[in-house]
Amino acid sequence: MSIEVKNITKKFGDVTAVNDVGFSIQDGELVALLGPSGGGKTTVLRMIAGLEMPTSGDILIRGQRVNDLSVQQRNIGFVFQNYALFKNMTVFKNVAFGLKIKKWKRADIEARVAELLELLELKGLEKRYPHQLSGGQRQRVAIARALASKPSVLLLDEPFGAVDAKIRQELREWLVRLHHDLNVTTLFVTHDQEEAMEVSNRIVIIARGRMEQIGTPRDVYEQPSNEFVARFIGVMNVLDLEVRSGVGRIGEMHFQLPGVVDGQARIGFRPYAVQISGDRGQYTFRATLRHTFFLGIMLRVELELDSGLLIRARMTKEDYARLGLQDGQPVSFQIRQFRLLAHDSAALGPELLTTYDTPPTIAEGI
Amino acid sequence: MGAEVPGVMAGIVTRKSGSTAKSQRGSEESTFTKWVLVSIALLFVGVFLLLPLINVFYQAFSKGWALYKESLIDPNTIAAIKLTLFIAAVSVPLNLIFGLAASWAIAKFEFRGKAFLITLIDLPFAVSPVVAGLMFVVLFGREGFFGEWLDARDIKIIFAWPGMTLATIFITFPFVARELIPVMQATGSEQEQAALTLGASGWKTFWFVTLPSVKWGLIYGVILCNARAMGEFGAVSVVSGHIEGITDTMPLRVDKLFHGASESSAVAAFVVASLLALLALITLVLKTILEWKQERDHALAQRAAPDDTVDYDQPSSDTTIVAKSLQ
Repeated sequence: MSIEVKNITKKFGDVTAVNDVGFSIQDGELVALLGPSGGGKTTVLRMIAGLEMPTSGDILIRGQRVNDLSVQQRNIGFVFQNYALFKNMTVFKNVAFGLKIKKWKRADIEARVAELLELLELKGLEKRYPHQLSGGQRQRVAIARALASKPSVLLLDEPFGAVDAKIRQELREWLVRLHHDLNVTTLFVTHDQEEAMEVSNRIVIIARGRMEQIGTPRDVYEQPSNEFVARFIGVMNVLDLEVRSGVGRIGEMHFQLPGVVDGQARIGFRPYAVQISGDRGQYTFRATLRHTFFLGIMLRVELELDSGLLIRARMTKEDYARLGLQDGQPVSFQIRQFRLLAHDSAALGPELLTTYDTPPTIAEGI
Repeated sequence: MGAEVPGVMAGIVTRKSGSTAKSQRGSEESTFTKWVLVSIALLFVGVFLLLPLINVFYQAFSKGWALYKESLIDPNTIAAIKLTLFIAAVSVPLNLIFGLAASWAIAKFEFRGKAFLITLIDLPFAVSPVVAGLMFVVLFGREGFFGEWLDARDIKIIFAWPGMTLATIFITFPFVARELIPVMQATGSEQEQAALTLGASGWKTFWFVTLPSVKWGLIYGVILCNARAMGEFGAVSVVSGHIEGITDTMPLRVDKLFHGASESSAVAAFVVASLLALLALITLVLKTILEWKQERDHALAQRAAPDDTVDYDQPSSDTTIVAKSLQ
């Protein structure tokens, strides 16, 4: 076990920033701490690094309790959101800083820095100052600096937050490759669910100071532990139903909800669970195709029911062409799978009510 | 910063192109206004600043180089120069340490009474120097608060160099801190935290990271502090006692010589004054160089970057110019 976080809580005065969070990370994993801004995820990362002290709870790195160790003693590599490069030092000196502090021999320092600059594709930039680098280069210098003295874990705070969308995509792929090459346990903070899904082996979802779920990207997408996760990860249609004798209704839509008590209920379904036909009579519900959004090989369509309800659906370009769909066309559709999110007798429930034959891949779903 | 960088850049670019257009239009309309304003400013600077300064040197050399030299080597004048240098040598380092500590505390930490501390640092700017001097007389003078206690131990503070040094420290108290607080606040504490995660101790972090990042502001503050320490009159005058050759600093010496009876004494006053004026000129030159350096560093840090942030965000001709000038 590389990092273990046991029931940590952090209070700033009266405000509880992190509330009883616990998870563990295996050696060599690449894990995302995902959640909305201000949800406490950066505080968790900073507590692991030793930059903040937990109010209660334990943190273990490689089996050793580090609560009482100072940040200098924890042997972690930390990459700050804005990189925090030393402005008055060259790239070489930035990367060599930690090694110099740890009193490495000059020749060893030079060899290690050269090795890192090679690995991070920064060769030839040794003598540049941070202000002479591009955003992507700066980030790589920050990572090289954090990795220099071979930390047991690498912690990154919003590593892709400070660069624009195009560069961000490259950096993500690049981080995955780097992690693959080095196999150092890596934990990074992000508020971007797509980024977390794409980059990490596992995701820890933190919101309002609490841990909502931990699991593989597929787990959290397909088996969200609660409504928050379900809505935070990917797009979801959410409907509030009126339940009478096992059937939930809204407008002209109705759903079988066996065993659900009469009253209010909330259900959710992913856009890919909506099956559409150009034949008005084929499926249960009728609607008009209002808009088509082109998203590469996938399309998103918006269906409007007579009652004004809007349903978002997703399909491949091929299916769209095969069904001969176009904006303004009357269609019928059915929901292949939905999830009961909440009802009067139980606040939150992850129960799966219907199943479909071939579960779509995650990439399709997002 | 960070995510805002592209936004900031775009902001600068937009503002730049906006203001250029405006000032071009403006300059066509108001050439007259511009010349009137510039003339007034130049006239003012000439009459109130430049002319008196030139006159100081003119008067100092009015009786020739020989008298200038003679006035300089007067033992009492030499003593005044020595005392001035001594007081500055004591008070400037002390205020350097205080300024660093105060600005560090204010910029990097949150604590109760922070606003009060900031206000307190400005107190010497708000108080008349004469009042400042009197405060020390009231505290340490023979009739003062600690007077009896000091007298019993034969410690002389008022009408001696310790009192003059205390008064100088009080007066020059804000200079270093005032310069450093904004610099430190702008730098933030992330670089220091990064140094800590890399294993550096607090002291090493200060030495290798904090100090270099504020060095221009620090030197600037020290120069201003030094200029004031050497030039202070009011507060020092109150606590000095004007004992010739013992408790006269250069400004006090100038005053004393100027009010002296003889004509040579008046010239001597200008001779000492010319030294102070020279100090002022050196201070101004250093200040300008430092401001330029600081601005350059700041500008570099600001526009840093950008092939992948600026171009992408706003492909206007202005941005291209900014990006090009970086290479």
